[in-house]
Amino acid sequence: MTKQLLKGNEAFAEAAIRAGVEGFFGYPITPSTEFLEYMSRRMPELGRAFVQAESEVAAINMVYGAACTGKRVMTASSSPGISLMSEGISYIAGTEVPVVIVNVMRGGPGLGNIAPSQGDYFQMTKGGGHGDYFPIVLAPASVQEAIDYITLAFDLAEKYRSIVHIVVDGNIGQMMEPAELPPMRKIPKEAPEWAVTGAKGREPNILTSIYIDPVDEEVVNIRLLKRWLEIEKNEVRYKEYALDDAEIAVIGFGTAGRVASSAVRAAREEGIKVGLFRPISLSPFPKKQIEEISKRVRRILVVEMNSGMMLEDVKRVVQGRVPVEFYGRMGGVTPFPDEILDEIRRVDSNTADVADLEREQWLDRLEARIAGGK
Amino acid sequence: METSIIISGFGGQGTLFAGQVLAYAALHAEKHVTWIPSYGPEMRGGTARCTVIVSDEEIGSPLTRNPYAVVALNLPSLDKYEPLVQSGGILIANSSLINREMERTDVRGFYIPAAKIAEEIGNPRLSNMVMIGALLAVDPVIPLEVVKQSLNEHIPERHRKTLTMNFEAMERGAVFVQETLLTKKSA
Amino acid sequence: MVMEKVVYQRPESLTDTVTHYCPGCTHGVAHRLVAEVLDEMGIREKTIGVAPVGCSVFAYNYFNHDYVEAAHGRAPAMATGIKRVRPQNTVYTYQGDGDLASIGMAEIVHAAIRGENITVIFINNAIYGMTGGQMAPTTLAGMKTTSSPLGRDVELTGYPVKMAEMLSTIDGAGYIVRRSLHNPVNIRKAKKAIRKAFETQERGLGFAMVELLSSCPTNWKITPQEALDFIENSMLPVYPLGDYKVHPELAGLRV
Repeated sequence: MTKQLLKGNEAFAEAAIRAGVEGFFGYPITPSTEFLEYMSRRMPELGRAFVQAESEVAAINMVYGAACTGKRVMTASSSPGISLMSEGISYIAGTEVPVVIVNVMRGGPGLGNIAPSQGDYFQMTKGGGHGDYFPIVLAPASVQEAIDYITLAFDLAEKYRSIVHIVVDGNIGQMMEPAELPPMRKIPKEAPEWAVTGAKGREPNILTSIYIDPVDEEVVNIRLLKRWLEIEKNEVRYKEYALDDAEIAVIGFGTAGRVASSAVRAAREEGIKVGLFRPISLSPFPKKQIEEISKRVRRILVVEMNSGMMLEDVKRVVQGRVPVEFYGRMGGVTPFPDEILDEIRRVDSNTADVADLEREQWLDRLEARIAGGK
Repeated sequence: METSIIISGFGGQGTLFAGQVLAYAALHAEKHVTWIPSYGPEMRGGTARCTVIVSDEEIGSPLTRNPYAVVALNLPSLDKYEPLVQSGGILIANSSLINREMERTDVRGFYIPAAKIAEEIGNPRLSNMVMIGALLAVDPVIPLEVVKQSLNEHIPERHRKTLTMNFEAMERGAVFVQETLLTKKSA
Repeated sequence: MVMEKVVYQRPESLTDTVTHYCPGCTHGVAHRLVAEVLDEMGIREKTIGVAPVGCSVFAYNYFNHDYVEAAHGRAPAMATGIKRVRPQNTVYTYQGDGDLASIGMAEIVHAAIRGENITVIFINNAIYGMTGGQMAPTTLAGMKTTSSPLGRDVELTGYPVKMAEMLSTIDGAGYIVRRSLHNPVNIRKAKKAIRKAFETQERGLGFAMVELLSSCPTNWKITPQEALDFIENSMLPVYPLGDYKVHPELAGLRV
């Protein structure tokens, strides 16, 4: 296959189709709606299940039910919709059935707006639903990466009987880029042995997330945690750019990481020894890699499209070895490369201690920038 | 080399499609390319714009504050982007709808009566293609022939009968720019 | 020599489990009726049940077939997901009144609107059982519960909701009836209705629900016998038994 010019959301939907998704259940919400629209045409064409549910609450519970049959199933939504799905997400985690969920993140909190944001970082990586569980969260930064990681997401979900969240933002969902779709996979004929398919010639399968006796629930929690530790060991993913001799490391994911790569390239042309680390698996978080970087560089700049969420994870890993600074845009504003370039220049010449005031300092700079009309 | 182009106008003027034509052509020319629209409520009735970035290397940001080239199909677009075009960049204004002079003197500015030309061709909806032809005459980011070839491959079937009109629109836009340049030289 | 003949035994679709339901509760009766129907139709091995949140949260401990456990009120959505990707299976939900008529109102109504080919067994005992006797949307006017200690004031809390009547107005519904479990005659009628509700699904005739008036002596704070009388004397006038919607293709069906 050669590269085609593909539109984000539609390409992601087709990638899921080719990965063998047999059930899609969703509810319209900007900026993820094209995903649902594409599925509404394509799934029936292939004789697969598509339902536009009455709400995100119902959609995720349809996904939950369908996942219990062992088939590849998914939904796609955007921030407020994911909030509504949180209950079902927790049940899915507790029942240990594989599900893939795409979140095209938008500005918030509340109704917010439909512009690109990364404000759901905590909600996605730290669970979102109630109870003791850890989801896998992948943050692709281009149409091609999203296609590749949606395909991978189904494999990971099945391997670990886990939820896999794909988080992108409206930029990646709405943009067109040359990319290549994978070939159509064969759909497995056999259901996994844990699935509900009708107890023909076997003992009944019961899929539930209720364990009334705390001792029994703890057994489940231990199993989930052990599985998570296995995931942490095996499933860390990231991209690096120009980090080998870097004295300044920029860390950003998704669109923010991508925009930062333009700024890093420009800064390199100015002779600044700066590199980029772009986590792709936000959960499991690339702890070891960032720890290693923090032993080699003078300073770290975290760039996000939120109020500094991954920042907290980075700081936890860096443990004060080097100053960690922050630059972010919020509310659905995507930073331009020149803003991050300004920040890289500033960080490169800054020798002052940050003393845990990186957010306060950033806010001062941000407000000055906004006042200046940028 | 990275070239950023913003095409901006009213919804319905075909700005998004014009950007896609460039993006398909860039892919055809084996360049890296991104196309990103403004999306949401402003799509309906308000301004519609897209950013196209064409590059020889992998593209970082799909958005830019200071585009190399701006194609402004209406006055609000000129007002918004004239101050933002890179120095030495390109600013093309649809003079059929824009009745003011540009203020910048450090950019290559052109006034194209796109709507008038499109009407002469017989399809007032081809203003966007006239403007694209003009842009590529000022700087052949992608050769016009490649754009035509890729348009031939990607034009929606229901619009195929307008293909030659599209070609003509681009050519007329290009010719208008060349004539303007000649006039400028002789003046 | 005396020949012994088995006239009554546990259906294959039920497991040999000691009940956790209270004395005088009719959940056990409803479970048995569903199990007998699954046996008689020979569909146990392809049936998938969806349990609710409520007293019957552990329904799957009693049934000898595949089961999943839904979030509170979401059983019809979960059943939709299962049925859509495995239409060859028989899928039913078993829900109480808090689950179906309160928190799950949207899910049940929209499953009916879509005409989902699922069967719903709806236990209406006019109260929340598992949480200890709070007011349900089905609680009768004036009825005392732990959250309506002076009796349900319809001016402030609304009137009892009539699910069968309401769902029968929906085009996607194929079979909507109300029955009662307060005496043998009505239990026999309830079983026939449950059979028809599963036949509806097997014939692809759309959404089917059997509402079953049930007892809750523990939370009604009366004896089991008084509870059955309460159904007859107090619930039947508010919740009339009957066939609210029957698909024409089911009209001649003898079960």
